Order: sequence, then structure tokens, then C-alpha cells
Amino acid sequence: MGLRGDACIVGYSEWASERPALRAPRQSLAQWADLAAEALADAGIEAGEVDGLVCTEVFESRAFVPATIAEYCGWSVNLAERVDLGGATPVGMVWRAAAAIELGICDVVVMAVPADPTPTSPVPRPFDDRMLFGASSNAWGSPQAEFDIPYGNVAQNCGFAMYAQRYHDQYGWDERARAKIVADQRVSANANPAAIFHDVPATIDDVLGSRMIADPLHLLEIVMPCSGGAAVVLCSAERAARTRHRPVHVAGFGERLTHKTPTYAPDLPHTPVAAAAHSAFSMAGVAPADVDMVQIYDCYSITALLTIEDSGFCAKGQAQAFVNDHGLSFRGDFPCNTHGGQLGFGQSGLAGGMSHVVEAVRQVQGRAGDRQLGRHDTAYVTGTGGVMSEQSALVLRGAR
Amino acid sequence: MTTDPGTFPKPRPLPTADTAPYWAALADERVVLQHCDACDRFVHYPRHRCPHCLSDRLSWREVSGAGTVFTFSVARQPTAVMFADEVPQVIAVVELPEGVRITSTVVDADPDTLRCGAAVVPVFDHQPGETTLLRHRLA
Repeated sequence: MGLRGDACIVGYSEWASERPALRAPRQSLAQWADLAAEALADAGIEAGEVDGLVCTEVFESRAFVPATIAEYCGWSVNLAERVDLGGATPVGMVWRAAAAIELGICDVVVMAVPADPTPTSPVPRPFDDRMLFGASSNAWGSPQAEFDIPYGNVAQNCGFAMYAQRYHDQYGWDERARAKIVADQRVSANANPAAIFHDVPATIDDVLGSRMIADPLHLLEIVMPCSGGAAVVLCSAERAARTRHRPVHVAGFGERLTHKTPTYAPDLPHTPVAAAAHSAFSMAGVAPADVDMVQIYDCYSITALLTIEDSGFCAKGQAQAFVNDHGLSFRGDFPCNTHGGQLGFGQSGLAGGMSHVVEAVRQVQGRAGDRQLGRHDTAYVTGTGGVMSEQSALVLRGAR
Repeated sequence: MTTDPGTFPKPRPLPTADTAPYWAALADERVVLQHCDACDRFVHYPRHRCPHCLSDRLSWREVSGAGTVFTFSVARQPTAVMFADEVPQVIAVVELPEGVRITSTVVDADPDTLRCGAAVVPVFDHQPGETTLLRHRLA
């Protein structure tokens, strides 16, 4: 079942995290074209070879987004996907493109996630509910609008805090383990010039001393929103042989969704990560212990903790001990989010999830500079959308 | 773009045809849940078909509304501007003995001593002209 592992990621573009934004505002379609051009140049592939695109939202269109992008960039495509999986979107984009390439539908696929500011519109824009309710829908008839939002169960902090509360209640309280994830990743962020916290160290005590936002989560356990953007290019193994860098094969993937709001999660604090990870590892024919690095979605400290555990790097309930026993920085014995993670790199909207994919590719291709890992053949990558509700996982493997 | 809390009314439920009996019962200080007569399980939130078996044979049954705190968070910072006057707000998932979980708030709990598993009973939050909310307090 699954992929043969033929499709490869062959190039990327990633813009440094910025807060406040320094790059000039551009239309998100323009950003899409910039990211695509940069990622294609990185791969050494001509724009005219593109025959597939995978996107998420753009600021200028509510619907018909893939067609608008194809037209804007001048492409005729056989694959036109729009992925709607929150933070799991970038990982979901990658496997969809890989599957389409293996099916022979297309040969070169571009996926971009622009997240720099857009210019102020000269005409007033309609009010967007997301300004108030984030990832929850307040539209009439939405279950969130009716049964969750009126109680303040809105957006992400509260839901992830509920996961943390229940997890610790069942498996023990070790706040320092959660904080150690942030502190270890910060060591990697300090070695990454593109990270939002490049110049700011953080210790376990700094994390636990930061303001409580949603018990038990402190400010430094929560990502910093910022500007940015990222893109990757996938192509067939045949085309990959003529690209500029080491091809990175998509060897396995998994995806699992179970709920929108944690109230209705079937098995909290067990997460759909377990099913997605099992699929990705078995498809790739590797065990968790076989990977050289993990680049796992970390919108919160608790997200990374639950993902380490449910991916199978330790037994259920043992993640706190596991984190305490291992070094998670790029210098450690369990390299985790070697770009700093979103907790150290910053979260540029949906491009935050792409940062894990890009860092995995960068490391496997041997292009990570000061934070380059010695062993860098196999990477495990995840994306988390909603509140531990939408899970995608990848196993990536460098060409021999 | 203004985010002055005074600009935005507190969000309240607007019932649909499928959910109206739930809210109507709360107005009378009764808690009702949907029950699936095909697979004999309770359902929350109310909807058009059973999420366990997709049957449409759903009926309403009255329950106590009492349960336990399955998990919770204390919002020290409002989750949205409209809740600024309620912080620290104890937002909870309450598990009912009928096997369903519901979103609620625990209105009188000490946020620093509350634990998962605490027993809670219903509080009916009536506001003039608005849908009654089901909240909870410690039993």
C-alpha cells in the first residue's frame, strides 16, 4: 500500500521570519509567483516544465484559487489542489503532489505558501470573522458557533491547554519537560539567521517564568506569529536526476483527521498522530528509531510532546522522561526541529508548517550550514492542524 | 480594524431546526440530549444524523446535566475580545455519565485548585432576550 518512493522534493524557497515585517507588502498572488520562481531556480527546473500546483488560500480569491494561480503564473496544469488542513496543510500538500507524480498525472509540481503582508486595499474590505474567531467558524449553523464559541472555547490556546491539562493529569506533571522542548529548540534557532528568535536565548526557567496564557501553557510555549513564506518543488525521480541538489524522496506518508474541536475528540489525549505516523513509517519501511532527525509541528510545546510520543519514539505516557533524557537541539542525540521549530523560528501563518518540510529537505541535502547534522539521510516530518485534529506525517529519504 | 470589545456583542447560540429542542429545554432549566434509537448511544452536539452509525432515528431524552470535568483550561488572556470581562475564565470539557462531552465553563471554581475529575452540576445562564447557556459549578 502507498507510495513507491519515486517522487522527490528537489528545491525550496524560504523567507526569513520577520516581526515586524520588513519586506514590502505584496499581493499574495505576487508572493506565490516569487516563491515559485525561487524554488524552481533552486531546483534548476524551468517554469515551463510545471504541470501541477498545490495551494492553500490566497488573499485575493475566496474560491477558484488553483485556476487563478495557474493563470497568473502562466501554467497549464494536470494537478490543481487546494488543501484545507490548517497547520497540516504543507505536509498534506507534499504527499498529494507525490501521489499525483507517481500516478503519472504530472511531472513537476510547485507548492507555495505566501505569508508576507499584503498591501492595504484602496477600497474597504468586508469584515472577516477570522479576525475574532481564528480557526473557529462563527457562521450560523456551525457547530463551533453554536456549542463552543459562546463558552469562550475559541481559537487555539484554550484547546491545546486542554490537551496539556488532561495529558498531565493522566501521565504526571513535569512542566520542565515541556519547557525543555522550547529551550533545546531555541539553541537551534540561535544557530539559524532566519529565525525570529535568532538573537534571543531561552532557558527552561525563562519559559516557566513567562506569563501564563492558558493554564498550563506559558507565553514562551506558544508560537510567535510573524511574516514569511515558503515553497517547495516536487518532481519524478527521472526528472530529479537532472536537478541541482540531492533529491529527497517522499518515502512514506500518513494522514488522519478525527475532530475539529477537542471537546469531541474520540480519545484525548491520544491523538491522530499515531495513525498518521504508523502509516508513514510502514510505507517507508523504517522504524522511528531509524530516522536521523524529526521536524515535527510545534505550534505549542505540548504539540511536540504529544507528537514525539504518539509517533512511537517512546511509549504512551513516557514523552516527558524521553525529552528529559535526550538533547533535542541540532547538537543533541535526538535532533528535533533543527531550524528552531516554529517555537524558535516563528509561525508565518500556514507557511509555519512548511518550515518543517523545508528544514528536513535542507538537512537531507546537506545545506544547513552551522546547524548541519552529521547523519542526514532520513527525516520524519509532521503537520498538525486544528487542535491535534488534523494530522499529516512524512518520511523523507535522501537519494543514495 | 477595531477590536474594541464594546464593538462586538458576546456570541450567543442561534439555534437551527436540528438543535432548537436542546436550547428550548435549557430555557426551562432542563437538559436534553439526543439519543440514537438505532445504536442506543447518546449524541452531543445535536445534529441531523447519529455520528456513531449515521442513522436519522434520533430522539430527545432528559438527563441531569451533572458530570465531571474531563479537562479544562484557564484563560488568563481572553480567548476572544468579547470574553475580556470573564478572565480568568475556566473553560471546560464536561463529561456526562451518558457518555458525551460538552463544552462549558465552571463558574465558581478556584482556577488554581481545580483538577480533572471534579464533579460538577448544571448552572442555567439566562440572559434577557438571549439563548440560555448551560454552564457548570462544582457539586
